[in-house]
Amino acid sequence: MSTYTYPKFAYRAPTDLMAGAPQRRPLVIIGAGPVGLAAAIDARLHGLDVLLFDEEDSVSFGSRAVCYAKRALEILDRLGIGDPIVEKGVSWNVGRTFLKEEEVYRFDLVPEPGHKRPGMINLQQYHLEEALVKRATELGADLRWKYKVAGVQPLGEADNGGARISVGTPDGAFEIDADWLIVADGARSNVRRQLGLDIEGHVFKDRFLIADVVMEADYPAERWFWFDPPFHPNQSVLLHKQSDNVWRIDFQLGWDADPEEEKKPEKIIPRVKAMLGDDRAFTLEWASIYTFQCRRMKNFRHGRLLFAGDAAHQVSPFGARGANSGFQDTDDLLWKLALVIKGLAPESLLDTYDADRTYAADENIRNSTRSTDFITPKSAVSKLFRNAALELARTQPFARKLVNSGRLSVPSFLVHSALNTPDSEAFEGYMVPGAPLDDAPVRMAGRDAWLLDQLGNRFVLMVFVDGAQGLTPVQRTSLQALAQAPIPVQLLTVGAGGDVDDAQGLVARRFDAQPGTAYLIRPDQHVAARWRCADLASVQAALARATGQGLAAAVARPEAVAA
Amino acid sequence: MPLQLQPNLAEPGQRYFRDFTPGDDFYEALIDAHRDLSDEQSQLLNAKLILLLANQVGDIGALKEALRIAREGV
Repeated sequence: MSTYTYPKFAYRAPTDLMAGAPQRRPLVIIGAGPVGLAAAIDARLHGLDVLLFDEEDSVSFGSRAVCYAKRALEILDRLGIGDPIVEKGVSWNVGRTFLKEEEVYRFDLVPEPGHKRPGMINLQQYHLEEALVKRATELGADLRWKYKVAGVQPLGEADNGGARISVGTPDGAFEIDADWLIVADGARSNVRRQLGLDIEGHVFKDRFLIADVVMEADYPAERWFWFDPPFHPNQSVLLHKQSDNVWRIDFQLGWDADPEEEKKPEKIIPRVKAMLGDDRAFTLEWASIYTFQCRRMKNFRHGRLLFAGDAAHQVSPFGARGANSGFQDTDDLLWKLALVIKGLAPESLLDTYDADRTYAADENIRNSTRSTDFITPKSAVSKLFRNAALELARTQPFARKLVNSGRLSVPSFLVHSALNTPDSEAFEGYMVPGAPLDDAPVRMAGRDAWLLDQLGNRFVLMVFVDGAQGLTPVQRTSLQALAQAPIPVQLLTVGAGGDVDDAQGLVARRFDAQPGTAYLIRPDQHVAARWRCADLASVQAALARATGQGLAAAVARPEAVAA
Repeated sequence: MPLQLQPNLAEPGQRYFRDFTPGDDFYEALIDAHRDLSDEQSQLLNAKLILLLANQVGDIGALKEALRIAREGV
């Protein structure tokens, strides 16, 4: 590994946690991958005490996840590390698909301007994790390295619920109780296995080789995907640029390939040479052979145990829907969990984490399965249709839409969420209740800014104004009072003379807004409700609904343990 | 009526948030229809499907144009 030096995080003996064991903590997270770390950061932003265990003491080995989508970057912005991540990564929007040597299809992930973040960045997973660890540490998350979770035992109501966790460390084992446990220990989740929880789906019979090579090359920062290229006939190949001049090449090998044999450099180097041409100098930095499954747990919530990321669901890599959807899990989970832990919402609010994220997981599995079926057809007739679509795509626009070399990660529209207040008035556009918010350029105090940066981490009532139009002084006073409620809602006016100046008119256009139009925005930047004219009672009702107050009563409330 | 060569698939009443979804919905249904069939059975299914769709299109001019494009490069 020439381009990266792995950090080693300091191990701390569990003396403090062993004293008077088992101690009880409000929130424990298992796993310091991107998802566990994002959960820890989010927990701190909501003021929760958080303890995280990971059995290793470094970051991900190898570049692994690589592609981070626009929505994940927006979440990282909310978590406070969007800028360093995007600066370090390679931003891209354009993907090209080739049949043999000819380009047949091209997509642009962000076809319209006016978004802070690009469609995607490529960045080695270790860089991302290193930044997440730094951020979690500076926010005061208690990260424990070399702490291996040996077992988790759900506790009954007699023991105040939660779970007892058995942990092994270099200095011996101990037990600790958690009111709430976020399980983010990855695809092979030990906790899931140990508890015998089911995860169902199917394995794909194909093997792929990832080769990360270091080279100087002036190829554009785009995703290039080949069907049946001359340098790797009858299979597919994918090329991505990462930071530090590292390039990811992904070769389809077929099910019959011998993984041990294919892992050898003497086998990999000729494949890369055939692709790049003999005269281009490169060094092989990391290689891996993978297979994959598309599957998910039936439920992501099991009482006080909340499963997130790969531990809960897995997809094929085509579409980069793995890590990206994991970030969306924690985005959905943490504000809900914070309200529940603080005693401001019923436990049943967390059932909507289960309902909405299993819905999103199904969408991700469906899209990544479709891509996989197109890329690696399972039957002669499926391959025939695939090749026919590719042939037609050369000349026919309709067929280009059918070419599926990966439907890249985009967030789900949670249109069926129980937390949405259905529209009672007509709206155009995509910002329906349950929608992840569109970004837009705005001006604030005479400076350029972005809409999404003004939202998140708390409920916001966004009201569109035009000078004195849109909000009467009486209305303003009554809506401002929402900021003093137990679950505060901040009033944010958008438009001429408002808190946020919609200088280009893009916010109003994307939200189909006129003066008076109001949107209630969740802490995870999703639409909860909207009106042409907001009154206090409607906003309060929508807030109650969005925080689960109307949901079937939960079994019992957890101890209120706000930090 | 000229042959429709722009993307044109949609399920009436269905709201789409992503432009690739209707095409992918159809493509999946198409491949699913062939599940567990032999190659010969698949050929028969395809032939029946073409006849059904031709009747749906109706316009023989458009069908001839489709036949011409389909034969290109074969």
